[in-house]
Amino acid sequence: MGEQVKLFKTWSSAFGLRIVWALKLKGIQYESIDEDLTNKSPLLLQYNPVYKKIPVLVYNGRPIVESLIILEYIDETWKQNPLLPEDPHKRATARFWAKFGDDKVMSSLWQILTEQGKEREEALVQATENLKFIEEELKGKRFFGGEKIGFLDIALGWLANLVPVLEEILGFKVIDKAGFPFLSEWMLEFSSVPAIKENLPLHDKMFSKFRAYLAAAPDK
Amino acid sequence: MAASVSLFGYWASPFTLRIKWALKLKGIQYEYIEEDLPNKSPLLLQYNPVHKKIPVLVHEGKPLAESLVIMEYIDEVWKESPLLPQDPYGRAKARFWSNFADDKCVPSVMRTFVAEGEDKEKAAEEAREHLKTLESGLEGKQLFGGEKINFVDVAVGWIGIWARIVEKIADVNLIDAKTMPLLDAWFAKFLELPTIKECVPPWDKLLEHNRGFRNILTYAAT
Repeated sequence: MGEQVKLFKTWSSAFGLRIVWALKLKGIQYESIDEDLTNKSPLLLQYNPVYKKIPVLVYNGRPIVESLIILEYIDETWKQNPLLPEDPHKRATARFWAKFGDDKVMSSLWQILTEQGKEREEALVQATENLKFIEEELKGKRFFGGEKIGFLDIALGWLANLVPVLEEILGFKVIDKAGFPFLSEWMLEFSSVPAIKENLPLHDKMFSKFRAYLAAAPDK
Repeated sequence: MAASVSLFGYWASPFTLRIKWALKLKGIQYEYIEEDLPNKSPLLLQYNPVHKKIPVLVHEGKPLAESLVIMEYIDEVWKESPLLPQDPYGRAKARFWSNFADDKCVPSVMRTFVAEGEDKEKAAEEAREHLKTLESGLEGKQLFGGEKINFVDVAVGWIGIWARIVEKIADVNLIDAKTMPLLDAWFAKFLELPTIKECVPPWDKLLEHNRGFRNILTYAAT
């Protein structure tokens, strides 16, 4: 089984990072191809003609796209260190919250950053509401996956990585210890897991990137 | 095993229809609870506090929300007549197309539905583009599942009904038989299957409901 696994990603994309984490946790060797999104490679466009995005996983010459779909594919193809639990209801719950993270939490956090004044306050209220649901889901557990990190930890892992950057830019805490005791603790624990720790973009690099992105964004 | 299955739904909801189809295809007995959407039941709000939406499936007292998540759950618990293929790559493709339909086809058809004039034409063009892309997922087959219907057919088939309703109400062309012959044929074949057809609400009721829905949406936008 010397078949190459290739991962098309960028250095900073949260979605690509999920796949790095999953591959590392399962001990899967892979070739990493970092894309310049302003100048996408022909290969990327060939492998993901519909969305033209990263991440793309290529295995046995066949591409798989969309990060949560890739995670499921990895879990089904390489059975060591399972990411999803056995029980169907727990699996469905993990999928539900992963989707919630992507559909609602991410956009509401982003809105805090991009909005000003009253709209920013409203965005903060919405984001806090969303995060409270996540906090509740975590309650009593070390990780979303229980004793070990699993699918949902990986799917929500971007929180541990991005939120501190957003908070530094904003100058205030969004996930504070008082309001989010479990999530705050989880962010630290998650970032300390070796496979994760060794594969986190540098905080300073992320900070610069987001600061530059916001500065360049047109005024509303 | 007296395990009870309940489905909270709305008669005109396509997302509820997906679940009805999945349950029917697997021969699962269930209790159906029709929700009055402007007046959601306390039970629904308790079962789906995050989104407060239908469909919600309750199995052995445990609720689940989000129709594609529910469909995967049903497929994992009741293993007869599998909806997803066995092989990981086939499963990834099925998940891809189901999500593509929800991410791209559905919103663009909705935008066509509520738009007027030039905006409507632009929206319809975009929707047609996405439908054409969806067609490529068929890979020349008659059904996404090949000989039998699969997860994607069940997840996406309802667009064949709704697109026709939008076409009629908004007076646009969405499923273009000339430029998307395979897609057109697929919708026709899928929706004629007895098990599928039996669950679909009457056309004129859907038309009336959606006319009213459109009025509300376009009024709200002004």
